[in-house]
Formats: sequence, structure tokens, C-alpha cells
Amino acid sequence: MGYTLNTAQANQVLAALRKDYTVYAPKRFRNQGRYSATDVIRYDEVERWEDIVWDVKSDYPAKEVLTPIQQAIFYFTEDEYRESKGPKKPILVLARPCDINAQHVQAKIYAGNGGYTDLYYERMRELVKFAMMECNGGDDTCFCVSMGTNKTDDYSLALKFSEDGVQVQVTDDAFAPYFEGQPEADYTPAFVEENELKVTLPDLEDKEVRKALKNHPMWKEYDARCISCGSCTVACSTCTCFTTRDIIYGDNPEVGERRRVTSSCQIAGFDQMAGQREFRSTAGDRMRYKVLHKFHDYKARFEDSHMCVGCGRCTHRCPELISISATLNKVSAAVDEIKAGQAKQ
Amino acid sequence: MMNPVQPKPCTILDVHKESAHEWTFRVETDAKVSHGQFMQLSIPKIGECPISVSAQGDGWLEFTIRNVGKVTNVIFEKTAGDTLFLRGPYGKGWPVDQFQGKHVVVITGGTGLAPVRSMLNCFASQPDMVKSVHLISGFKNEEGIVFHKELEAWKEKFSTIYALDNDTKEGWRTGMVTAFVKEIPWDSFEGNYAVVVVGPPPMMKFTGLELLKNGVDAEKIWMSFERKMSCAVGKCGHCRIDETYVCLDGPVFPYTVARDLVD
Ligand code: SF4
Ligand code: SF4
Repeated sequence: MGYTLNTAQANQVLAALRKDYTVYAPKRFRNQGRYSATDVIRYDEVERWEDIVWDVKSDYPAKEVLTPIQQAIFYFTEDEYRESKGPKKPILVLARPCDINAQHVQAKIYAGNGGYTDLYYERMRELVKFAMMECNGGDDTCFCVSMGTNKTDDYSLALKFSEDGVQVQVTDDAFAPYFEGQPEADYTPAFVEENELKVTLPDLEDKEVRKALKNHPMWKEYDARCISCGSCTVACSTCTCFTTRDIIYGDNPEVGERRRVTSSCQIAGFDQMAGQREFRSTAGDRMRYKVLHKFHDYKARFEDSHMCVGCGRCTHRCPELISISATLNKVSAAVDEIKAGQAKQ
Repeated sequence: MMNPVQPKPCTILDVHKESAHEWTFRVETDAKVSHGQFMQLSIPKIGECPISVSAQGDGWLEFTIRNVGKVTNVIFEKTAGDTLFLRGPYGKGWPVDQFQGKHVVVITGGTGLAPVRSMLNCFASQPDMVKSVHLISGFKNEEGIVFHKELEAWKEKFSTIYALDNDTKEGWRTGMVTAFVKEIPWDSFEGNYAVVVVGPPPMMKFTGLELLKNGVDAEKIWMSFERKMSCAVGKCGHCRIDETYVCLDGPVFPYTVARDLVD
């Protein structure tokens, strides 16, 4: 079933949806960007259709709805850890295909790895349905086509935004009632078929090649360039790592909460145990660790895809202008060099 | 839904000072643990850390803890009757089934003895389980020695070499554990052996190489890793090395896997 709505009609539908769903979409936050007078676009609850940012990619990913930067997982007293309560109301997330595909990546870790399902992820995931925002092509950091994450069928609604309103495809009958009486018009979403940026993935199947790559001088470059700020992983659509921290409430030192806080393999101390030295002590070591996870290790463990959806957000957010696609090209060059060296032997 | 990170309150039954910095806490719990597994210990307001189970009995477990971090500092203020929070056990322990009927060689550095202590006690009380036990235990210095009572008792049951890195002590040798690997009667085992190595990362690395130099079969060596962890259930990412999660796939690894892991 399809519909074409103007902004006023879209607002009617949104109001109706909001009775039953908390609706999240990318929103613009003025003057909260990195530089003065720049904005930041990130996910938040939307109340008005006009607030949805659809014409440019959000700076931060949809994962923030499912796995917030920080959340209370327990409330504690001296003798008890009590589980925090999650939301009860179903959630509708407006997201581009890359962000939807990223949830399949996150789920492999949160809801399966080692046979353990994370309660905090799962209770959110069970509430979430996606309204897929047809992507208008992204920007010059996107390479979803190279990653095979440009398409998805995991959505209840598909939306094509324009200045005048929105075209809608309803694929999940549960959403049909919200559109009753609205002007019908067929719409089938299209997917991005080509990005400006194309990335050739390095062939890291061979164990000896990987061993040599880990010791390759290419990583040294990042010792000088990367400042280990972790902005890339915070902005990443798929990164999942976190740390837990206990926080005491100011007015009563006996009670507090255990929080889960986003962490990053790019920051100093990520692998450091109390009283011991770090395993990865340089920015180059940490970059090597991240890149190999995203483009080899994750797939080696979970099999079906890489841990990157080509959203380009890491490139976009890096204050040192380190680009993931350029890094991948360097890895490919290093791998070619290693293979040529092996062939000579 | 089951919450795999839910800590449960447990009562401390006893606190035993092994050394100035290493204390053993006996905690009341009915958790069933295999030798070499670990649990997450937590203290409200402070946080959580993974600690290997260093001994077990009916209704209790022991944890030997080094006073080095935020969590461990506060545990050191606890006494019998106080509460600790536990969750677990987690990970894969020693493949004790595979050790049965074999000559077992155990090589430890410092508190690396803790994760093998319960297995050694098991071999000591059931001598028929294995053909023999050879134990090489090294400590930095006299102050670092832990499990004094057991070290004495094991002298009667196992072939033992105890050593201090640089210092001298009566009845003890001086030198790194690697120096004593050649004294193990490898040939007499006729291939029917297993080797267990636990200690700080450099100690395990060099002991592995020394074992290979002595003709030990890489497939018969096992090691236990220690890494930073927040969740212990394969979610937080801190302990991951390559495609391996130490909390899920370890902490005990065959050497053939362990030697290829690059942090
Ligand atoms: S690694 Fe970069 S391009 Fe890939 S999913 Fe993460 S942020 Fe997007
Ligand atoms: S790559 Fe860039 S964003 Fe990532 S840690 Fe380094 S400097 Fe920060």
C-alpha cells in the first residue's frame, strides 16, 4: 500500500503514530557542532514532521536509540543490584539502509555472541520497528555499495522525502490504520546503486598475510596523525564497545547506579588492566586493531558480513581528517606488497 | 528475560592474607565452577572485575586478589561477614578430562598460580587422576610468595621446583621459571603429557618458546589469559583479541591458538 502526503498530512500521521510509538529520527541541533555556529544532526524523538532531517546524513548513527551513549543498567544499594527498567512503548526509528543494516551487525554481538543475549539491547530491539528513509545518495564519504549495505528489506514503512512532503510504502499491516483516509499513490523505494566513493576490500583471508600486515610499517603513520580521541567509533554505526561504571548519587553515598558508557578501542587504556601495562600503547596499534576487526575479525567470527556498513561517519567526524576509505586503500596496497614478497620467496 | 550481568550478593566467610598485596577471600556461594574458570566480582559504588577461582569447596569459592585497582582496593577493606557481589562462572577452564592419565607439567609465574590452584588441589587429593604432576612455580621475591601452606603440602605429592627470580631462599632455586624447563624428564613421559602455563604475558611467551626448544609438542601446551573485561559475556569488547573473546573462548587456550593471538 502506498500514499503521498503533504507536510500537514504527514504531521497528522505522525501525531497518530506518536500515540502508540515513540518516534525517533535525525534532528538538527543548532550550534552544537564541532566548530562555532555549526550544527549537529543526531537522533532524537520527533514531534513535528518538519524537524526530521532527511536531506543530509546524520552526523551520529541510529544506534544511539538502541544503545545510548550511556544508560543505567542497575540501581544499587549496599546489598542489592536492581535492574533498571526499559521503555514500554514501541519505538519507530526512521533510518537509512546503512543504519538498519548496522543493527544486524550490532545484534550479532549483543544478542548472540557466546550464547549470551544482552538484556538491555534485546529489550530495546524488541520494541523497535524501522521506517526506512530512502537514501538520496549520501555524501562523498559513503561507500555502502562497496559494503553491500545499500539495500534492506527490514522495514515496516519506506519513506521518500521531498520539499513538499513524503511518499510512503506500508509493508507492515500493523501500520495501515495510521494512514487511513490519506491520499493513496503507489510508491516503491529505490536504493542507492552507486557511490561516488568505491572501496576495494583487502583480501585478508590468509593468516600469514594478516600476520605480516599487523607488523607492517603502514600503521606507524597513525602514531603521528591519530590523537586517539575515539570520535570515529562513537560516530560509527556498528561499534558496540562499552565500559561499566558505578556512579554514586551526590546526596546519598550509599545508593547509586551502575552505568554502561560507550567506550572506544581507539582511546588510551581501553585494554589496560589495573596495575598493568597496556597491550596496545600506540595510536597505530589501536588503528590496526580497529581496522582488522571491521574488515576481517568480525566476519571471521560471525561469518555473514563485515563490521562496517560504509556510512562514512568515522571519516566525517575525525578531527585529524583520517579517512577509513583511504586507510583501506593503504591496507590493500600493503597486502599487495606482502603477497608480492611472499611470491618471491 | 535472564540478565547475564546480574550480580548476586554473597557473604565473605574468611579473609586470608597470602602476602602483603595478595589476599584470599572465601565467599559463600553454590555456583558450580570448573577449574580455571573465573567470576565477576563487584562492589557497589566501585565497579566490577574478573577474578579467577583459586579454590572451591562445598558451598564456597575462593578468590585470590592482588591489591592493584579501584575495585580490589575496596575489597581489601572487607572482612568476614561483609557482602561481595558475584556473577558467573564464565569462560572455559582447564580441559581436565584431557589431562587424566597423563603426566601433567604446571609452570606458573607469580599469582599465575591462582588459576591452577584448585586443579592442583584436585590432583593432590585424587592421585590416581594423573600419572604425575611436575610443578615449577616462580615468584619475583619472597614477599610475592602466595599459598605457602599448599606449596609445602604439594612438595609431598608432586615433583616441585620453587624459585625466586633474583633472591635466594632456603630450599628454593634462584632464576626465571624458563631456566628449569629442561629439568623436567620429558623423555620419560613417552609423549603422554600435558603442560599448563600461567603467568604474566612475557613469562608465558618465553616459557612457550623454551618448551618448544625442549622438544615439547605445541599441541600439548595450555595457557590461561587475563584481559580487561567489563561484561565477561562477549559484549563490551575489552577482552577481544582478533576474532577471539577471552571471556568466552578463554581464559584457557591451547598454545596453538594462544601463540597466534595479537592484541
Ligand atoms: S567504520 Fe566508518 S564507515 Fe564503517 S560503519 Fe563505522 S563509521 Fe561507518
Ligand atoms: S581516527 Fe580520528 S576520530 Fe578516530 S581516534 Fe583517531 S583522531 Fe580520533
